[in-house]
Amino acid sequence: MSNKLLKVTGIRKSFDIPSGVFGRKKTLKAVNDVSFEIMEGQTFSLVGESGCGKSSTGRLVSRLLTPSDGEIWIDGEEISQKKESQLKKMRQKVQMIFQDPYASLNPRMKVRDIIAEPLLIHTKLSKLEQQRLVSEILKVVGLNESHADRYAHEFSGGQRQRIGIARALIMKPRLIIADEPVSALDVSIQSQILNLLKDLQSEYNITYLFISHDLSVVEHISDYIGVMYLGTIVESGPKDAIFSDPQHPYTKALLSSVPVPDPTFRKERIILKGDLPSPMNPPTGCPFHTRCPVSMEVCKTIEPKVTQVALDNHFVSCHLMSS
Amino acid sequence: MSEKLLQVEQLQTDFTKDKRKIRILHGVNFHINKGEVIGLVGESGCGKSLTSLSIMGLFKGTSGEITGGNIRFNGQDLTSLNVNEMRKMRGKQIAMIFQEPMTSLNPVMKIGEQLMEPIRIHLNLNKKQAKEHAVSMLKKVGIARSDEVINEYPHQLSGGMRQRVMIAMAMSCNPNLLIADEPTTALDVTIQAQILELMKQLQQQENMSILLITHDLGIVAEMCDRVVVMYAGRVVEEADVFDLFEKPKHPYTQGLIGSVPKIGDKRDKLDSIKGNVPDPSDMPIGCKFAPRCTQVMPICLEKEPTSMMLENERLCSCWLYDHERGETHV
Ligand SMILES: Nc1ncnc2c1ncn2[C@@H]1O[C@H](COP(=O)(O)OP(=O)(O)OP(=O)(O)O)[C@@H](O)[C@H]1O
Ligand SMILES: Nc1ncnc2c1ncn2[C@@H]1O[C@H](COP(=O)(O)OP(=O)(O)O)[C@@H](O)[C@H]1O
Ligand code: SF4
Ligand code: SF4
Ligand SMILES: [Mg+2]
Ligand SMILES: [Mg+2]
Repeated sequence: MSNKLLKVTGIRKSFDIPSGVFGRKKTLKAVNDVSFEIMEGQTFSLVGESGCGKSSTGRLVSRLLTPSDGEIWIDGEEISQKKESQLKKMRQKVQMIFQDPYASLNPRMKVRDIIAEPLLIHTKLSKLEQQRLVSEILKVVGLNESHADRYAHEFSGGQRQRIGIARALIMKPRLIIADEPVSALDVSIQSQILNLLKDLQSEYNITYLFISHDLSVVEHISDYIGVMYLGTIVESGPKDAIFSDPQHPYTKALLSSVPVPDPTFRKERIILKGDLPSPMNPPTGCPFHTRCPVSMEVCKTIEPKVTQVALDNHFVSCHLMSS
Repeated sequence: MSEKLLQVEQLQTDFTKDKRKIRILHGVNFHINKGEVIGLVGESGCGKSLTSLSIMGLFKGTSGEITGGNIRFNGQDLTSLNVNEMRKMRGKQIAMIFQEPMTSLNPVMKIGEQLMEPIRIHLNLNKKQAKEHAVSMLKKVGIARSDEVINEYPHQLSGGMRQRVMIAMAMSCNPNLLIADEPTTALDVTIQAQILELMKQLQQQENMSILLITHDLGIVAEMCDRVVVMYAGRVVEEADVFDLFEKPKHPYTQGLIGSVPKIGDKRDKLDSIKGNVPDPSDMPIGCKFAPRCTQVMPICLEKEPTSMMLENERLCSCWLYDHERGETHV
């Protein structure tokens, strides 16, 4: 039996945005009552359009941000309000991989030292012991010893992402939060990294919180998926349920928008009207009602509740479900 | 019979770096028929954007220079035009849209003024007529509040709206050829779907030709009639879109198509292409793809393959097809 490695319930985060001539503050609800859980060794992906709150959710779980509300349980420990000094253990278990391998690596450090940095912070291993681990990890991510004494700028995008992964792996984390880890890469390199992430998962039983706007990538890598819109998860469930039996009108539109790399395939496309509303001024009622092709009167005023669909663990927030 | 609108022949483009010339495009060949949508694909750095900038003659501020070959548009060689003649061509007959609309929209000029400028120059309309035309173009690209939007500045619009404005501007003088370099890469997928739908509609209405540069093979499959695959500044394969996806010939194309995760595809492992694109200043001899190719043969390391014409008028530069070649092209 696998256990729940991560359980998030009702987390919220708002940002204060100064606005207007009189500097009156406005509040932007970036994450608004988000809940999900991940079993150890599985991948849960958050997918949605830019600004919907995916990265903010990842940063809350990794406690780079502190939620204003809700609970975050990692491996049986509740960490949502803990101070940095109390987060040491959690910081070893949880590592992050970021989108931009160019920006996330220090250009003045040798690869060897970049990868060893977490060891320096979290452990008391000797220099020799550290370097032995670095050599080991380099092999795991498909780099070699000769790469260790070079600087990050001497590497290609895909190689830099491998360095980022090596750095995350060296602490033998239980949970990796990967925020758009392949979005900046060419498809040929993207597939190398996706394959690597999958191999590492089966080898070390790592749990992933995977963040991406690319539905094809998400389908390939996930066990469970949460579809986000304006700070909330509008639908979540097992991968197959989301892709073969989507229930929320937004999920349906999102899926139908993905261009299919097969010219013989002609699908019905749901073209949504208009743009994403500003999260500073979100719609009342259902957050999706301004663009929803099947919106009803009730949707304008009343926020739909989370409803479980027939299938286990498949949840949808839409008035069409609750009626 | 299809009529050729644009013909790029043996195009060579160089940059100068530290007083040394570095060749980026090494004899690029392809053509676009009237009313046809051509996809130009390949990994980052293979020369897609540079091909389009060469066609447009847009090297301003860089050391880029066409050093060989020619580009025929409606029979006229664009490389022989002077700056003024080229400026007339741009905007009127050939228009371009870029990935990031803010690079081509002027941030301190109202949308309406920016739209009216090319309209007045190229279509010889007075101010009032130009304004009417601008508003109608904005309506055409699906901007609802077009009467108000003409008085707004680019920063007041969303990314999707800016891209629509760019398209309106590009289409305003009814060009014969639209070059779109990653026109939706910066947009969300639901907005991308809107923009692609719009481009398709306008293309069909006006029987315009499009050169669509993208790294997204899904977009290629949905939008294009024919596909040109580039690698290391060369065209390595060219084929009808159905043929290309059904049976890619070049090992590079095979690798690219196999790398793409597809919804509903149950593969546990994706294909990938080992290694990286070679540096333009440090190219292997022989086939430029050889260091990454899974089917490399001894000849590949010595001699660069030439473009071979295979069945269905498809072209492929790879020694694997030497025995199949019908006629040698170029
Ligand atoms: N201004 C410049 N000076 C020097 N080299 C350049 C310049 N612009 C582009 N290059 C080089 O020319 C090559 C092709 O660049 P190009 O922009 O055409 O690539 P691309 O295929 O459009 O890639 P991407 O998919 O990343 O947009 C690259 O090696 C690039 O480094
Ligand atoms: N530090 C911050 N200060 C103010 N607003 C922020 C901050 N971080 C994120 N936001 C806003 O919160 C919303 C969600 O952002 P984010 O989580 O980055 O979205 P995603 O990763 O899904 O694109 C956006 O509107 C974004 O502009
Ligand atoms: S609640 Fe109403 S507006 Fe929201 S998704 Fe469902 S039908 Fe559409
Ligand atoms: S010519 Fe040789 S190395 Fe080049 S793609 Fe063909 S088989 Fe591979
Ligand atoms: Mg993000
Ligand atoms: Mg480019």
